[in-house]
Amino acid sequence: MSEKVLMKGNEAIAEAAIRAGCRHYFGYPITPQTELAAYMSKRMPKIGGVFLQAESEISAINMVYGVAGSGKRVMTSSSSPGVSLKQEGISYIAGSDLPALIVNVQRGGPGLGGIQPSQSDYFQATKGGGHGDYHLIVLTPASVQEMADLTSLAFDLADKYRVPAMLLADGTTGQMMEPVELPEEKTVSVDKPWAVTGTGMKRKHNIINSLYLQPDELEKMNFERFERYKLIEENEVRYESYLTEDADIVVVAFGIAARVSKNAVNEARRQGIKAGLVRPITVWPFPKKALADLSKTAKGFISVELSMGQMIDDVRLAINCSRPVALCNRAGGMIPSPDEVLDSIKKMQEGI
Amino acid sequence: MNCKTTIFPRVTLFCGHYGSGKTNLAVNYALFLREKGLRVSLADIDIVNPYFRSKDSEKELKEKGVGVVSLPFANSSVDLPSLPSEVYGLVQRRDIYAVLDIGGDERGALALGRFAPYIKEENNYDMFFVVNFYRPLTPDAKSALEVMGEIEAACPLRFTGIINNSNLGEITSPEDIEKTAGKAEELSRLSRLPVRYTSVNETLKNTVSAENLFYLKLQKKVF
Repeated sequence: MSEKVLMKGNEAIAEAAIRAGCRHYFGYPITPQTELAAYMSKRMPKIGGVFLQAESEISAINMVYGVAGSGKRVMTSSSSPGVSLKQEGISYIAGSDLPALIVNVQRGGPGLGGIQPSQSDYFQATKGGGHGDYHLIVLTPASVQEMADLTSLAFDLADKYRVPAMLLADGTTGQMMEPVELPEEKTVSVDKPWAVTGTGMKRKHNIINSLYLQPDELEKMNFERFERYKLIEENEVRYESYLTEDADIVVVAFGIAARVSKNAVNEARRQGIKAGLVRPITVWPFPKKALADLSKTAKGFISVELSMGQMIDDVRLAINCSRPVALCNRAGGMIPSPDEVLDSIKKMQEGI
Repeated sequence: MNCKTTIFPRVTLFCGHYGSGKTNLAVNYALFLREKGLRVSLADIDIVNPYFRSKDSEKELKEKGVGVVSLPFANSSVDLPSLPSEVYGLVQRRDIYAVLDIGGDERGALALGRFAPYIKEENNYDMFFVVNFYRPLTPDAKSALEVMGEIEAACPLRFTGIINNSNLGEITSPEDIEKTAGKAEELSRLSRLPVRYTSVNETLKNTVSAENLFYLKLQKKVF
């Protein structure tokens, strides 16, 4: 590990991507992720990389599609409305089994919405987003350090499984500044025999494609892809458990909501309430088993979200609706306070 | 407060690389002038960043008698980088001390252009370059000098001093700050400008050995 520096979350993503071997960035500016693009625009030309501000989000994601087909590490970043525009391209990338990184520094919606932090793109990120049957590996950082670490991990996982990965952050984690230890620069040597890199007249040419007009062939591609998704669900679930061992009430929250919730859990413990926190780090794959196991001992769950309640569905499914699940939420760019979460915990404590 | 300077120019401008701590310094400096018994107003003319602004400290500042002028849409969900007309008043009327929080990098400094002629004409100002050597794009004197040059190229005013605001946020140790003194001196030599202050969080009072310490009392909220 290198020396600590003070960085904004958005910058940490950019620098970590560069250190993970990404030399291709295509994007279109939007608040609150602009520092990421700004950082790339300063750094990429100095290290022989490509920073390109495309004419739109749609062209940016298709440039990502192109570079991903060549097997190079490539990324784009945007915020909610911009990520909506990218969905068609993301579906094509998933349908062509290509690794790439898409960063969403979420802001309030729907529509143009606002510029303050939000988590209301959870459904879009975890349930597909574009058309067709597919998943992204979705990682949710809760600190500037994780903005860096999970960026690096996202590239590795995307390459390993040949799936696009998404870093699902929010305006606060993007904008806040914290000390961070950046990962060491690594030389990536992932074997990509499928990449379009020129045959050298020595092999049959590779084709990057998502079009299969024969239904049985397309079905086969879907089945094969879902076998890989199964492997990801078995091997790549990541989450943090905090004071859950003896917890009566388990708070489930990711990203900035998890930081607020941790404070609330600590205060609840001080007041004698057995509260704990599960912080999903991957929201796809979702930590189903961890929550199912806890449902054997916990009496109730609270989903804390910066949305009208999206992850709460996954919490309910994970525990098979065997316990009450409450929602503690703010929307539109507002963040729940630790007191609001604490009130929610107390209310559930009284009810169970 | 351990400051050698006793006479303050009427206008003080805080510029620097984005994320260098300009806003935090501007807010604390306005409070510092107020505590010297001066009538002071703080203007936030950061047209670059719609998050974490001096408006966040508006309530505390107003309670202590510091005037606050911010963009009409600051901290709302409107991303409209317009400048409030009150800033003209603040720059033109000479009976009040003005502290101006300028946006990051050369892009932020562009907003200064329209006010600069008045400031220049009065010629009673300090323009501080705020630098944090723990920021990844300004890790040394040379890169900081580059940013200084870009800012000066974007606005017609010249820097008058440097503030070494090197820190790692909440985990900053006195040694972390002291280690950057050499870089600040080198920047001073290269730019031929004095290091006017080394700014330190008040929680580190009496632990850092540096000349012209400036203690930061108000801190931005962190989750």
